[in-house]
Amino acid sequence: MTDIIDENEPTRRDFLYITTAVFGATGAATLAWPLIHQLNPDASVSALSSVEADISSIPEGGSLKVAWRGKPVFIRRRTKEEILVAENEDVANLPHPEKDAERVKNKEWLVVVGVCTHLGCIPIADKGDFGGWFCPCHGSHYDISGRIRKGPAPTNLEVPPYEFVNESIIKIG
Amino acid sequence: MNHDHEYTPSNGFTKWLDKRLPLMRFADENMLSFPTPKNLNYFWTFGFILTLSLVTQIITGIVLAMHYTPHVLMAFDSIEHIMRDVNYGWLIRYIHANGASMFFLAVFIHMFRSLYYGSYKEPREVLWILGVVIFLLMIITAFMGYVLVWGQMSFWGATVITNLVATIPVVGESILTLLLGGFSVDNPTLNRFFSLHYLLPFVIFGVVILHIWALHVTGNNNPTGISVKDSNDTISFHPYYTVKDLFAYVVFLLMFSYFIFYNPNILGHPDNYIEADPMVTPAHIVPEWYLLPFYAILRAVPDKLMGVLLMFGSIAVLFFLPWLDTMKVRSARYRPVYKIFYFTFLISCLLLGYLGGQAPEGIYLFLSRVCTIYYFAFFLVVMPLLSRYEKPSAMPIGISNPAIDTSIEIDEIDGDLVPSANT
Repeated sequence: MTDIIDENEPTRRDFLYITTAVFGATGAATLAWPLIHQLNPDASVSALSSVEADISSIPEGGSLKVAWRGKPVFIRRRTKEEILVAENEDVANLPHPEKDAERVKNKEWLVVVGVCTHLGCIPIADKGDFGGWFCPCHGSHYDISGRIRKGPAPTNLEVPPYEFVNESIIKIG
Repeated sequence: MNHDHEYTPSNGFTKWLDKRLPLMRFADENMLSFPTPKNLNYFWTFGFILTLSLVTQIITGIVLAMHYTPHVLMAFDSIEHIMRDVNYGWLIRYIHANGASMFFLAVFIHMFRSLYYGSYKEPREVLWILGVVIFLLMIITAFMGYVLVWGQMSFWGATVITNLVATIPVVGESILTLLLGGFSVDNPTLNRFFSLHYLLPFVIFGVVILHIWALHVTGNNNPTGISVKDSNDTISFHPYYTVKDLFAYVVFLLMFSYFIFYNPNILGHPDNYIEADPMVTPAHIVPEWYLLPFYAILRAVPDKLMGVLLMFGSIAVLFFLPWLDTMKVRSARYRPVYKIFYFTFLISCLLLGYLGGQAPEGIYLFLSRVCTIYYFAFFLVVMPLLSRYEKPSAMPIGISNPAIDTSIEIDEIDGDLVPSANT
């Protein structure tokens, strides 16, 4: 053997090692993805992404609770006084400032996901210090626009995507 | 006692086996002749009690899984089926449910023993860290097991705890959906929790083996905290500690039996006998008693993310314990000042447990905050300061020699304890 090997130069063997390792790592990562992604919502869960509800029978001041994606959605027909209170609130001082108009499509109807933004409990209607909802788990108070007013919840009740199909049907999702 | 005792195979078969798989030698060295400090008190029996607790949970759990159905429509009914129809199903379930409480009771005593006698200190850091890993796995396993019952507390406990993940900025929501397999706690969640609840005890078993391995490398600590010097300080594990551990276990079983046979539901919550209803939240959501201190810490903080961070931090800080308390003297017996802070810490943890079950308002909220601050101050302020400034009291020379060790200069550190150390 008369070849002179420079120890600082990568050899063919180094190339083989690196190529093998890269192939192995890519293969492992490719296989890992199905194993992780199977944890995500499956097709049957994702398919249940919209519901329709009949709101024609709700009286003024009344509300309806419908299940959407396994969570309750509050549909509330607000009274004139409630709308006034919700609209006249000075939002600048709220923890999560949002005008009432930004939260409703028709000011008579408030549609919010009935899940406390703190840790996911369901707030109770007509309770709490602000005439809206109160979460019994950790004491968050929401007003009649579903805005957080007091307590540990960081944001207002979520407004889901919805539309009024006709006079009496609302479609959520 | 001959401590240089060497295993000698007694018959032809064991001689043959010893050359091929030294199983008997391993058992002899680790379970029978293992040299153990002769002064261990009853607080040292909890390792044995915990091992048997894990075995009890695994055996009863495997049996329960034969009758349980992990589906949202059938889970609750299958639990009632176990309670009413399955032969001795009530007994097996009550052992498993109360067994979890007993497991945690024993692990708390085990950990507070370690904290008092400085068992986490050099050279037992890895032993301690493995123990914290086991504790963490126990919490996750117990939480998932509680969800399987699919009562109201199961469901809403699962909702609240999984929602903690959503506080992670940016990716929190995606991780939550990944964890739940849906947009709320539902059948995919129940199914995977069942799968993991079956798996994790065996993972715990594996870490327990590492924990015992690490223990057998360094040997036991002891109530004096003074290292074993020679064979005069030790006795063989068998028969001395096998008998002592078994006796303690029998006493422990007496208490365990009281819960199983006379008060099997006192440690649970009555709301969990109502089937899970995703549309109605119970008025008071409380976790199982053994998680209440952590729950109190979570609720003590008005900010959502901070509360979650502090709750996880309260366990994470335990991993760093060996480097927060660097005092060479291990046992609190010779640490008069540490002892006061230690017992205050113990009381504060018990108080947090009580507060975790109360509504988070008024005096309860205030006390939760005080106790939470002390919890962290104990580890992050008191321990490092005492390591520097505390003067240990006079110590004996060794486990077998009660004479005062005059070679240790206990006054070598000049300076008194800073009075503000506990703020």
